[in-house]
Amino acid sequence: MVFTSARVTVDEFERIAGWRLKPEGLCRGERCVPFRSNDPDVVELDAVAEALAMPLVRDERHGLWALGSEAGTTALRSAVAPDLELPDFRGGTFRLSSLRGTKVVLVAWASW
Amino acid sequence: MWQELRTELRPQGLEIVTVALDARGSETAGPWISKAAPDHPSLIDEAHVVDALFGIVNVPSGIWIDEDGVIVRPPEPGYPRRPAFLDRVVPPDASPAERERIELVKALHVDAERYVAALRDWVERGGESPYALTPVEVVRRSRPRTIEEATAAAHFALGQALHARGARAAAVGHFREAHRLQPTNWTYRRDAWSLAGTDRENQYGTNWVDEVKRQGVENYYPRLRL
Repeated sequence: MVFTSARVTVDEFERIAGWRLKPEGLCRGERCVPFRSNDPDVVELDAVAEALAMPLVRDERHGLWALGSEAGTTALRSAVAPDLELPDFRGGTFRLSSLRGTKVVLVAWASW
Repeated sequence: MWQELRTELRPQGLEIVTVALDARGSETAGPWISKAAPDHPSLIDEAHVVDALFGIVNVPSGIWIDEDGVIVRPPEPGYPRRPAFLDRVVPPDASPAERERIELVKALHVDAERYVAALRDWVERGGESPYALTPVEVVRRSRPRTIEEATAAAHFALGQALHARGARAAAVGHFREAHRLQPTNWTYRRDAWSLAGTDRENQYGTNWVDEVKRQGVENYYPRLRL
């Protein structure tokens, strides 16, 4: 999750991070973490990092910020699969939730 | 590699979704996907978000997800068939380094036959299969996420983003930091090394053989707990 500013629009944050800003907080799927933003259109990444227990790493020279994964838990917080959204190799967008109703084996591989 | 199993098991209700952990994306993964001509979704994950989301640390890794979107097996080594490297013969004229590498690769734990048999059982029997784990067991078996590992994900993402912007030296710095923070994550290591090409040992001061030996060949692919 890489950003080009420490303050990002809610639209950009939601698109990159996959979390949604709702009245009850930051939500991903059914899970919500308490969070309030003073500005309804902008979030501060350091506040997000604190709320979600995600380390925020800054590369000042290149003007980039990255949020890591959630710390202090297990990689899977629950057995409910996170709604993975990634491009397919033809450039389209794929959402794991589109296969609800089907058994899935998700296979990670690499060309290297 | 998965197309054959997909053809066999799709009529019984299984879909395969492959995710290529390639920082250069379709540029490097695309030709392999095109050659395999898969019928299943074939995704590209330049920043290795599946490492952060699911706890993947090596490839190939498989995650089983049921019809309700519930994970029934967390990431584990997933070969759809016995890989050729297990049966490689050391050529008589192999250098000591080549010999060591081949023998190390042959010593990796891979049990494709049992893995695929378990998969067929789950596809047929669903929740009745002994290989479908309970939600509590799935979470229990998933990797602990320390602050170091969580931070490694941020450094890897920065490294990938900087490399894509042409800031290669800066990218290496972040990749090295990701490797230091999560030394057991092979996708972070090997993808970064591949970006460095033949200069990888200069840039990273290590190599696959040395790292596998340091961490123990038995830990590269943990034994399947079926």
